[in-house]
Amino acid sequence: MIPVLLTTDVLVWLLVAAVGAYFAYVRRQPHLLVPWRRVTRSASGMSALVVLAVFLAIGLLDSLHYRPALERGGEQGGTVYAVEALSVFDAIASPLRAHRERTYSAPLATRAYARETLEIPGADGRVRQMREYPRLAWGGAHLKDEAEHGKDVLLRTLSGLALALFAWGVLVAGVLAASGSTWHAIWRADTATPWWAVLLAAGLLLALAGPLLALCTGYHVFGTDKVGQDVLYLALKSIRTGLVIGTVTTLVLLPFAISLGIMAGYFRGWIDDVIQYIYTTINSIPGVLLIAAAVLLMQVYVDRHPELFPTSAQRADLRLLFLCIILGLTSWTGLARLLRGEALKLRELEYIQAAQAFGARDSYIIGRHILPNVMHIVLISLVMDFSGLVLAEAVLSYVGVGVDPSMISFGTMINAARLEMSREPVVWWVLAAAFVFMFVLVLAANLFADAVRDAFDPRVRVGGVASA
Amino acid sequence: MIAYVIRRVAYAVPILIGVNLLTFLLFFVVNTPDDMARMQLGVRRVTAEAVEKWKVERGYDKPMLYNATARGFDRFADTIFYEKSVRLFAFDFGNADDGRSIRHEILTRMWPSLALQLPVFIVGLAVNITFALLMAFFRATYLDFWGVVLCVAMMSVSGLFYIIGGQYLFSKVWNLVPISGYASGWDAAKFVILPVAVGVVGGIGSGARWYRTIFLEEMGKDYVRTARAKGLAETAVMFKHVLKNGMIPILTGAVVVIPTLFMGALISESFFGIPGLGSYTIDAIQAQDFSVVRSMVFLGSVLYIFGLLLTDISYTLVDPRVRLE
Repeated sequence: MIPVLLTTDVLVWLLVAAVGAYFAYVRRQPHLLVPWRRVTRSASGMSALVVLAVFLAIGLLDSLHYRPALERGGEQGGTVYAVEALSVFDAIASPLRAHRERTYSAPLATRAYARETLEIPGADGRVRQMREYPRLAWGGAHLKDEAEHGKDVLLRTLSGLALALFAWGVLVAGVLAASGSTWHAIWRADTATPWWAVLLAAGLLLALAGPLLALCTGYHVFGTDKVGQDVLYLALKSIRTGLVIGTVTTLVLLPFAISLGIMAGYFRGWIDDVIQYIYTTINSIPGVLLIAAAVLLMQVYVDRHPELFPTSAQRADLRLLFLCIILGLTSWTGLARLLRGEALKLRELEYIQAAQAFGARDSYIIGRHILPNVMHIVLISLVMDFSGLVLAEAVLSYVGVGVDPSMISFGTMINAARLEMSREPVVWWVLAAAFVFMFVLVLAANLFADAVRDAFDPRVRVGGVASA
Repeated sequence: MIAYVIRRVAYAVPILIGVNLLTFLLFFVVNTPDDMARMQLGVRRVTAEAVEKWKVERGYDKPMLYNATARGFDRFADTIFYEKSVRLFAFDFGNADDGRSIRHEILTRMWPSLALQLPVFIVGLAVNITFALLMAFFRATYLDFWGVVLCVAMMSVSGLFYIIGGQYLFSKVWNLVPISGYASGWDAAKFVILPVAVGVVGGIGSGARWYRTIFLEEMGKDYVRTARAKGLAETAVMFKHVLKNGMIPILTGAVVVIPTLFMGALISESFFGIPGLGSYTIDAIQAQDFSVVRSMVFLGSVLYIFGLLLTDISYTLVDPRVRLE
C-alpha cells in the first residue's frame, strides 16, 4: 500500500500538532494553566470531553488515507494500487464497508424490507414463484434457523455489555491509580476533577459501544440505506467530515479575524475605517447566498479543469477544503469585531502606553502585549463556533452547496434520505442515525464550549453573571 | 433626527457599491459568461454557436466594462457591468433564465415569505422572552438548571430534524395539517401554522438561553438592588424593572432581522412547498440560475443594511440616554 496525502488530512494533522504544541507550552506557563484547570473542574465539560475524544479518535483514524495494493500484479509484474483511497478507519471497519445488501433493510433485520419475487423449489420438484421477503446477504446470515434471531441478538447484546463492563472496570482501576483518590471519594463527587462525571460518561458510551460492537459483526445495527450500505458505517464516516468542517474553517478564519480585528482596534483612523468597511460589506451579504454563489462558481471551475482532479476522492476533498475556505472567509467578521473592540480598550491601558513611550514598535506591542491579552476571546469563539459549523454543513449539503455528493457526511445522508419519511412503509433509520450522531457530537461540543467559556471569560468570574 | 437618517443612508451607499462590485467580480470576472453558458448547456457537447446564442439571448455578449464601439454615454452603459450590476441599484433585476421577470417574481413571492416569517418572528420573540424570564425568575433552582439543559439540548438538534420530524408527526401520522402547499388569503393559515411552529421551536434553544443571560445581567445591577431594598415584591421587580430594561438589548438586537423577513426561510419554504423567496432562491441555486442568485444577494444586502439603520434608530427610541451624533 502507498499512503495518500489528501489536503484536508494534512490540515487536520497540522491542527492536531498545533493543539499539541499549545498544550505543551501551556503546561509550563502557570498563568495559562489556571483557566484550563478550571475546565477540568467542570462536570459537564469533562463528560463532554470524553464523548468528543471518542469522536475525535474516529475522525483522526479516518484522516489517514492510503491506497491498498490490489491482489493481482500488474502486467509488468509490479504491484498495482487501487484507485480508491481508503482510510485506516475503513480498514478497521472493513466488515461494515464490504458487507452490502441490495437495498433497504431494517435495523437488526435478517430479511429485506420489501417483498421480491423468489423462485422456490417446491416439494414435488417444481419451481414456484412466490412474493417473499428474501433473506439478507449478510445481516443475520450466520443464523441457520431464523427462530434463533431473538436469542442471538440478546446473547450478543449481553456479551457486548459484559465486554463493556470489563473495559469500564479497567478504566476505573486506571483512574484510581492515576488520580490517587479513593473509590469512595469519586462516588461522592469529592474529587477536584469530577472523575464521577468522566466515569459516568465513559460508562454510558461503553454500554452503547459494547453491544454495538458485538452486534455489528452479525447484523446491520442501524439497517441499510437505499443502495444497501450499512448505515452505522455511513454515520461513523460522517464524523470526519463534520470535524474537518468545524476545525479547518476556524483555521482559515483565524488569520483574517486576528490580524484585521486587532489592526482596526489598535491603529484606528483610516485603517479602522477600511477594515470596518470590508467586514460590514461581507456581513451584509446573506451568508448562505454568498456560500452558494462561491460554490456554484467552483463547480464551473471544476467542470472546466477536469485534468486537475484525477480521482473523485481528490475532487471531493478539494471541494470540502474549498467549502471550509468559503465558510471561513464569510465568518471571520464576528470574531474580528470582538477583537477590534477589545483592542480599542487595551490600547488605552497604561502598560501599552508605557510601551509606546519607550519607543517599542507597533508590531512588537501587538505581538507582545495585545495578542496574549485577547487570546481568551479567540479561544472562546473558536470552541463556540465549532458546533454551529457542524450544523451548517448539514443545511448547506441539503441546499446542494455543501460537500461533494460522493463524500459521506451528515448532510448528504439527510439529503439522500429526504423522501424516505413519506414513503410507505416508512424508512426511518437513516435519518434517525444521522440526526442522533449529529446531536451527540454537537451537544458534546456545546457543553465543552460552555465549560471553556465559563473558565476563560473574566466577566463570568468577577461579575455576578451566573454561568449559563 | 432626519439629518442623522440621511447621513446613515449616505453611509450605506459605499457598502452597497462594495457588495455590487464583489458580486460582479464573483459572477463575471472569476468565471466568464462563456463558462456559465457551458455550464448551463452541458459541458461536453457544446458548440461555439450555442454558447454565443445563449449569451446574446441574455445580454452577456457585451464587453465587460468599456464598450469601444459605442458612442457617448453608451460606451459605459452598453456593457455587462452597467446592464447587470449598476442597474440593480434601481431594483431592475432583469430576467431569470426561464425568461420571467425577477422583479415580478420577488414582488409576488415576498408575501408568502412574510406570512411565514412574521409570525415566526413575533411568536418566537414572545415565547423566548417568556421562557427566559421564567428561568431568570427561578434562577439557581432545579427549574432553571433543567431549563438551561433543555435549551442546550434543543440548540444541539439540527434544524432539519425539527422540519422533517414535525412534518412526519403532524401531517403524516396525525393528519392535522396538509403536508405542503400554499393558498392565498386566510386559507394560508392551515399551510403556514406548522412551518411557523417548527420555526419557533427551532429557535427556542439559543434564543431563550441568550435572553436569560441578558435578564440575569440586568438583575445584577444596582437599580434592581434598590428596588428590592425599598421592599418591592420579586414579581414587581421582575416585570416592572428587569423586563423593561432587558427589553432594550433584546428589541434592538431583534430589529436588524425585520427587513430580512421578506427574504423568507430557505429550508422551511422548500420543505413545506411555500412559494416564497426562500424557495425561489433554493430553486435558483439548484438550477444554477446566476441572475436570480445575484439579484437575491443584492436584495438581501439592501434589506440587511436597512435593518442596521432601523437598529440605530430604535436605540434612540427605547433608550433616551443614547444620543444621535
